[in-house]
This record gives sequence, C-alpha cells and structure tokens, in this order.
Amino acid sequence: MTSSWFERQRGFLDYSLSCLWRRKGRNLSLIAVYSFVVFLISSVIFFTDALRREMENILEEAPEMIVQRTVGGRHSLIPVDYAEKMDAIRGVRSAEPRLWGYYFHQAASSNYTLMAPADFALPADRVKVGTGVLRTWGTIEEGRLYFRSRTGEPLILSIGEAFDGATELMTADLILMAEGPFRRIAGIPEGFATDIALRIRNPRECQVIAEKISYDFPDTRPILKEEIQRTYTSLFGWRSGYVVVLLAGALAAFLIFTWDKATGLSAEERAEIGILKGVGWDTSDILLMKFWEGAAISLTAFVLGVLAAYVHVFLASATLFEHALKGWAVLYPSFELRPTVDGFRLAVLLFLSVIPYTLVTIVPVWRTAITDPDTVMRQG
Amino acid sequence: MIKPLRKSAVFAAFFSAAAAALAGLLLVHPIYVRSAFEERLEKHRSVTRTLGLTDPCLFTEARYTRHLSQADLHSAFQDHPLAMEHFPSGSMVLPPEHLVRPKPSGPKVKPR
Repeated sequence: MTSSWFERQRGFLDYSLSCLWRRKGRNLSLIAVYSFVVFLISSVIFFTDALRREMENILEEAPEMIVQRTVGGRHSLIPVDYAEKMDAIRGVRSAEPRLWGYYFHQAASSNYTLMAPADFALPADRVKVGTGVLRTWGTIEEGRLYFRSRTGEPLILSIGEAFDGATELMTADLILMAEGPFRRIAGIPEGFATDIALRIRNPRECQVIAEKISYDFPDTRPILKEEIQRTYTSLFGWRSGYVVVLLAGALAAFLIFTWDKATGLSAEERAEIGILKGVGWDTSDILLMKFWEGAAISLTAFVLGVLAAYVHVFLASATLFEHALKGWAVLYPSFELRPTVDGFRLAVLLFLSVIPYTLVTIVPVWRTAITDPDTVMRQG
Repeated sequence: MIKPLRKSAVFAAFFSAAAAALAGLLLVHPIYVRSAFEERLEKHRSVTRTLGLTDPCLFTEARYTRHLSQADLHSAFQDHPLAMEHFPSGSMVLPPEHLVRPKPSGPKVKPR
C-alpha cells in the first residue's frame, strides 16, 4: 500500500520534472531569481541575528553605568571630582573618569577614537593602535603618527603596540595614549574628563543608583548598561531603513512571481491540462502533478538561497552588506560573525517562501482542470 | 543495456546533496569553529572590560554614529535646527524606542 502510494507520487514527480525541463529556460531563470530573493532575506536575518548575539555577549562586560554631564542638552565635559563623590555612593564599586574623544585625520579623511586609560602601560610618546588605524592612517612613517594638537602644534607619537586583529570589531579605530598627550590633542583641561564609568556591585541596584545620581547631580545623565545593550539588540530591527528597503524589494519580487502564477496559465499549459483530462486524468491527479511542480521549484530555491546566504554571511564576512554599513566612513572593521542560526526563524522563512508559492501554483490549474477538456483544448 | 535514470532520482540526488550541504553548514560548521570563536569572544570581552568600552566600531562616520549608545537622544539632527541626517548609517539604525512605540490614545479635546 505504502509502496504503491510512493510509486504513484514518484510518477507524478517524474512527469512534473519532465514538464519543467521542457520549459527549462523559463524555469531555471525562475529558480535563480527565487533563490536570490530567499538569499537576500536569509542574509539579512543571519547577519542581524549574529551581530545582535555578538553584541549581547561582548557588552556584558561594559561598565554598569556611564555618567555624562549635559550642558544646554548636549554632552559636555564632567569635573573629575564628581567621580570621587559618586564613588562614595553605597553600592558603587568604582567610579573612574574616562578620557576619550575623536580625532579627524585630514590625510586619511577618517575619524579615530582617542582614549587615555588610567593604567596606560606604555611611555608618554607611545601609542597603542587598532589594526584599522594601521590600515587607514595613510601617513605612518617609521611607525610614527603625526597629530595636530589643540594649539596647532604638531605632535609625533610612535606606535608601541597594536591591538590583536581578532578584536577589530571593538578596537579597529582606537588609539590609546597617555593622559598628557591626549589632553594636548583633545584640548580637555586638567580636572575634567569626558564621562565617568561606574562599576556597581549588584546590578539590581543600578536603577536606584541612577536615580540617586540624577538627584544629586542634576546636570548629569546616567546611561545604564542595560540601555547600551538594548541599543545594540534593537539596532538592526526590520523597521530600520535599509532592512525595510531590502525586504520590501524582496517581497515585491516574490509577489510578482506569485501574481504571475496565480493570474493564469499559458495557452500551452492549458492545452496540456485539457489533453491530460482527455486521456483520463482526474482533476486531483492534475492538481497533484502541479503541486509537485511548485514544490520542486520552491524547495530548490529555498535550499539554494539559504545555502548561499550562510556562505555569504558566515564564510564571506557579509561582503554585500559592507558598502551599506560602511556608508561614508573610510574605516570599517574586518570581522567574522559566529555562525548561529535560529531554527524558528528558518522555519518561518520556509513557511513563508515555500508554502504560498506551492499553493498559488495550484489555483489557476484547478480553475482550468474543472472546465470541460474539449473547451480547454479548443481555447488553448 | 543501462536503464536511463528517472528524473525523480536525479532530482532527489541533487536535492539531497544540496540539503545535506545546508544541514552540514547549519549543524556541523558552528561546532567545528566554536573554539576559535569562543577565543575571539573572550578577547573582545577582555578588551571591553579593561578599557570600559561601550560601543562597537561599526559606523565611524560621525561621533553620534560611532558611539550610538552615548549619543544625545536627538543626535542625528544636532548640527543645526532642521538639519537633515547626513550619514548613510542613519538609514541602517532603528529609531529610538520611544519614537516607534505606538502612542497611547488619550481623550480627544474638541476645539472651541
């Protein structure tokens, strides 16, 4: 019983594949475009999911709270003595002023992030740089970087160390230096810092401490680690501009396919159905044959599209998205994303891409198959 | 005489090969590269912890795109009033949560 059912289905599949092969030019191009649509959607899903997971894991180590001072609604320099007062708040493990800022390098037309950590281990004339800096700075001579200080004087610092290339996602544009040269370049006066990083013993107390800081220091704005993480977990939501454009394009292409299928059959296809009915095929047989035709196309396109998306995102560093992420920036980190695929999302994608197409191919066939074969053949 | 292969057999072989390659990539590849990525993640976490970093180096176009979590709430328009967004990465980023959340419908006030 089972084997006869299987053989019957196999017979239908054989026939469907023969029909598809007869119009191979049309059907192969259909599979190519369909696969491309699946590839685009899967690439976006894989890329955004992987980046979100990576950010969640990395930013676990970010400070529990950053306190910025605001003047006129804008971020402003914060007095270092605020850190001493914040350190005294119960529950705060440490409050460290952070010295960091941006440096626009004319020769490279690129923005870099300068930072002066409190425990910078190299001498004052040395810097530690990210690999992105080495790649883009442009005017490195004998391992020296030329800076223009706040007063317009040149300042030459030698590259003492470089960050591990594996950390490029976080350090590509970083230039670490001692406090002295940093203040000369950035123009931050003594007694002031960019912001204050707070480490808190019990993360559940963060909200209470943030409220206390807002009350005691009304000119400041606390940013919780939770908010930082949330920024990155919701960074590439489906409603963000580029993703919407990409998904809308893919969806439109998919609708065109299905519309083309649903609105009718070619004269040749109609005549074929008429002949099949004439030689004794049942309506259900014809529907089954067309079901296999739709399933063969959509399943092939799905597997090829997802396969290509996986290779693109996890083996080729999502090169197609690089230009979009890079925007006008000169410096873009080279990073590989950890391969993780959410089974649920894949199942949703399978359901949305394979099932509608397969079902839609059956509708016009059913309309033709229930008509008198003689009429169909005459019309065809 | 060799019997020609049925079309369903050829299709099944092709589809099985593609599906097996996909399953291999989805299930085996992540395990194969796990230790390398664990090591890389630990390096990222270590540098984030030591330097107290808050943002990845994804968009270096402008200060408010480099440190998205540290930017002002209306940072895209901060250069001058009514300034349009300058940088392409602005189109990549989701608007702040409070802007995309649907507003609660309050009582409507009729104009006098």
